[in-house]
Amino acid sequence: MKNNPILRVVTKTLFAPIILYGLYVQFHGDFGPGGGFQAGVIIAAAFILYGMVFSLEELKQLAPPRIVHALMAMGALIYTGVGVASFLLGAEFLNYDVLAKYPAKGQHYGILIVEFGVGLTVASTILGLFMAFAGFDIPKNKKPPKRSPSVKPNASVKKRS
Amino acid sequence: MSTLLINISLVSFMLVIALMITFSHRLFAIIVMSGAYSLISAAMFVNLDAVDVAFTEAAVGAGFSTVLFLAAMAWLPAEEKRDKALVILPLIVCFAAGSLLMWAVAYLPALGDPSSVVHQHVAPRYLAESYDILHIPNVVTTVLASYRGFDTLGETIVVFTAGLGVLLILTGKTGRVQNDKANNDIRDEDE
Amino acid sequence: MSDLLLSHWNYFIVVLLMMIGLFNVISSMNLVKKLVGLSIFQTSVFLLYISLGKIESGTAPIIIKSGHDGHGNMDILYSNPLPHVLILTAIVVGVATTALGLALVLRIKASFNSIEEDEILNVKRAINSRSKSS
Repeated sequence: MKNNPILRVVTKTLFAPIILYGLYVQFHGDFGPGGGFQAGVIIAAAFILYGMVFSLEELKQLAPPRIVHALMAMGALIYTGVGVASFLLGAEFLNYDVLAKYPAKGQHYGILIVEFGVGLTVASTILGLFMAFAGFDIPKNKKPPKRSPSVKPNASVKKRS
Repeated sequence: MSTLLINISLVSFMLVIALMITFSHRLFAIIVMSGAYSLISAAMFVNLDAVDVAFTEAAVGAGFSTVLFLAAMAWLPAEEKRDKALVILPLIVCFAAGSLLMWAVAYLPALGDPSSVVHQHVAPRYLAESYDILHIPNVVTTVLASYRGFDTLGETIVVFTAGLGVLLILTGKTGRVQNDKANNDIRDEDE
Repeated sequence: MSDLLLSHWNYFIVVLLMMIGLFNVISSMNLVKKLVGLSIFQTSVFLLYISLGKIESGTAPIIIKSGHDGHGNMDILYSNPLPHVLILTAIVVGVATTALGLALVLRIKASFNSIEEDEILNVKRAINSRSKSS
């Protein structure tokens, strides 16, 4: 698909707006439909589109697998970190009231950070899944485990039903 | 009434697609049909007032999951081998389970009944206080991240763990290495 | 009877979808089709939850501000947000677990050169009998 000019131009043009839309969904999730889960998938979709139209190698240059895998854990860590922070500030685990001067403000911050962590984990997990599946390669020289030569898969299929 | 009509036509459409999936043997057709099925169920969720769920289903079910299946199909055969599927026993099991559930369904409250027991527990509290206390209009977000933050933490960890599992299965080194070259490579790395 | 059918239409279809998904999972020998059947089953459960949360002539649970005092407008009927939260997370977890299943299918294909259940079982049986005789 790399040689098709329409796909190339459209992909490069759409890449930034898709990510912008993902960020809108992420941070506008308090006021309309949206949130971390949806935004993560949308942001990952931009990268997946890039990887499908160009190639997996170029996608790996754009989003190095090492960083993607690190971000997977980072999102979950941010989420847990909010819980630990509220813990250290003297409230229960994941009680956001103490994160700011006023409880309502603290809840705002807590929800925003937590949703960001969810978005980070979901986006990088989805992207990592796509890269793992697209980069998977069945080795040509690898034989199936110790199959005796006389048995073929179809040899004794019983007619059922 | 119009909601009910849209409702009935959409779910019937879902039923038709599910039946088509059952009777098809071409895996590419099955995967694309399951994408269409997810898209219609997203429309269904909008009709049932679950906009957040519809958003997720459209992005994940219809978009990403189809891409994932198609990426995997690069290594898998395109046709299901026919004429050996079990029919009688699964039909008996399905009809037994289905008829029991049908019997139970008759005792459920009618669709959209505001006095049903589902709407009497914590949901009214969420709806009544979340805006006045937190000033966040989207109740789904507040319940997701604040009231039930523990649940969401668990779900995030599950997503992370599943991603980790896939990475280990697909890109990790296999336990049994048959050919000598790969063995030598591993030995070289060890030294 | 027809009243029951009309007012419970969603639930009956949910049960039918569940039966179709279950049938695909049990009956098909192809692992990919089994996974698709599993996702049909999953969607039917999602639909059941969301149907339970619907309130007649309600609207999406996004509170509308009632102009003057800055409080939420509670005269409007909102649907139940709780099932939405549960299913929202379940969808993303569902696709992650489906991906895990698909990864296992790819590994099975690499090891056994087949994704049909009975062929895999035949190969396994052959390996077992070989290791017993030797």
